[in-house]
Amino acid sequence: MSKGFLEIENLSQRFPQPDSNDLLTVFEGVDVTIDKGEFVCLIGHSGCGKSTILNVLAGLATPTDGNVIMDNKEIKGPSLDQGVIFQNHSLLPWLTARDNVMFAVRARWPNWSKAKRREHAERYLHMVGLDDAMDRKPSQLSGGMRQRVGIARAFAIEPKLLLMDEPFGALDALTRGVIQEELLKIWSETHQTVFMITHDVDEAILLADRVLLMTNGPHAQVAESVKIDIPRPRTRATLHQEEAYYPIRNHLVDFLVEGAKVMSAKAQEAAARGDNPRHTPRIVNPARPEAEPEHSSQPGPRMVRAV
Amino acid sequence: MLSNLNFRATVLSLVMLVVFLGVWQLATAPDVLAPQQGELSEYERLMGGGTDRTSSSGIPAPTQVFSHAFSELSNPFYDAGPNDKGIGIQLAYSIYRVLLGFALAALIAIPLGFVIGMSPLLNKAFDPYIQILKPISPLAWMPLALFVIRDSNMSAIFVIFICSIWPMLVNTAYGVASVRNDWLNVAKTHQLSNLRTAFTVILPAAAPTILTGMRISIGIAWLVIVAAEMLVGGTGIGYYIWNEWNNLDLASVIFAIIMIGIVGFLLDASLAQATKFVRYAD
Repeated sequence: MSKGFLEIENLSQRFPQPDSNDLLTVFEGVDVTIDKGEFVCLIGHSGCGKSTILNVLAGLATPTDGNVIMDNKEIKGPSLDQGVIFQNHSLLPWLTARDNVMFAVRARWPNWSKAKRREHAERYLHMVGLDDAMDRKPSQLSGGMRQRVGIARAFAIEPKLLLMDEPFGALDALTRGVIQEELLKIWSETHQTVFMITHDVDEAILLADRVLLMTNGPHAQVAESVKIDIPRPRTRATLHQEEAYYPIRNHLVDFLVEGAKVMSAKAQEAAARGDNPRHTPRIVNPARPEAEPEHSSQPGPRMVRAV
Repeated sequence: MLSNLNFRATVLSLVMLVVFLGVWQLATAPDVLAPQQGELSEYERLMGGGTDRTSSSGIPAPTQVFSHAFSELSNPFYDAGPNDKGIGIQLAYSIYRVLLGFALAALIAIPLGFVIGMSPLLNKAFDPYIQILKPISPLAWMPLALFVIRDSNMSAIFVIFICSIWPMLVNTAYGVASVRNDWLNVAKTHQLSNLRTAFTVILPAAAPTILTGMRISIGIAWLVIVAAEMLVGGTGIGYYIWNEWNNLDLASVIFAIIMIGIVGFLLDASLAQATKFVRYAD
């Protein structure tokens, strides 16, 4: 097995329940590999543990089992190698937009002069189109602008891995579209490795190289890895004219409406039987179904017997 | 609209003042209609036989208070012996005691509150002591302070210290403990050291709450200093009031009361101003 840039190995999360001695298994046996420079989106229903996986990658949560290796080093805690953009912007409200970014830049490169930090911060704020709002505090910015500052802050520290937890979930549809394109632009300039959680299928298709699909919890699994076989650069305006767009979209929506439930039931049966839950996601390319390595009418995650 | 409201409020305030002063003036006007009776009451004899009656009730009229205030304020810093010092000197003594006691309290309460706020363990461990010590009237400490410190001036400062420490301690601990988790996560994901997190994230986040505690403290300290100085004597606005009461100079007492109000207002306003610098909109 070739080592990727980011290796998620046999990751499981179980929580104690208030009125039972049994642990609640949120997800288990997750094996995922992400390459350097890849943009990966994770989609799943609420409560399947998406955010927990992201927090583990960020080092903010500790998994019950398994580990995550990034660039041949195990992730043990939060660090500047992992940049995080949360849904609620999490900017420091007493600092201006520029100072918020400079705050992060200073943490990353403590030895830089103030002028250099400032120039670096302004470059990234410029990339997200906030030239005129640098001196404003978060309370004086719109929701979309705040999220842009968050994006600038995360990109400015040039992390090895950028994590985004539904970054546009709180924005209206118009603003969201604009910022998605800005994110694409800044990503195409920097080629960060990005891991992003979203609820929005179109957002995932627009942004991602690959979409990971999660079944419902408990005993959730990352069932499929769907390749988004649409050439870049992509734009929102022309995305739906792509030949591959509808097959991909239908596949994702079908999974979320039906597949997630069916597979979740199967995973729970398997868990009740005591099968080894460790699995790698099935690789799917809806744009070219004949190219699929394992074509099966019944979708289901591949079980890995031996560890 | 707003300026209109402000204008009307100012007019109403002035009307209230004029009415109040008018009623006061009328109520204390010399009693012409009912001239002095032959017999003096026991109180009047104690008051000096009523020979120097300024009004029917012995309370000075506002005009007398104002003329007295004018003469006091035109020479506030004279010093003619222990029992006769200008109002400026007396107020300066009180302000000095309040600021010193308050500063000492802040020096201990804010760092300690910070530690208590960061540690749930210490928070729980300190809580019973804070809850029991907080409601004690600061003047109850006075005898103990006098005995241990053996200096009346330092004892007064200690009383100010002990009364200003609690609001600052409680507010700092609360402000620090309730810093938003998002901001702490920002500090964590940026790998800030504990010290840097404390100064660049927690302190600015908790600063408005801490300053509110300081504002409550200085208000209480100013309330307490008057009573403390009445007890320890010597100097200060509290002593001044008590001394003028013993001199039966009610015009001075009323003048001092007004001055206490004005200084207390200024102390509060200066901290309110400081709060503006650290306040942030969320």
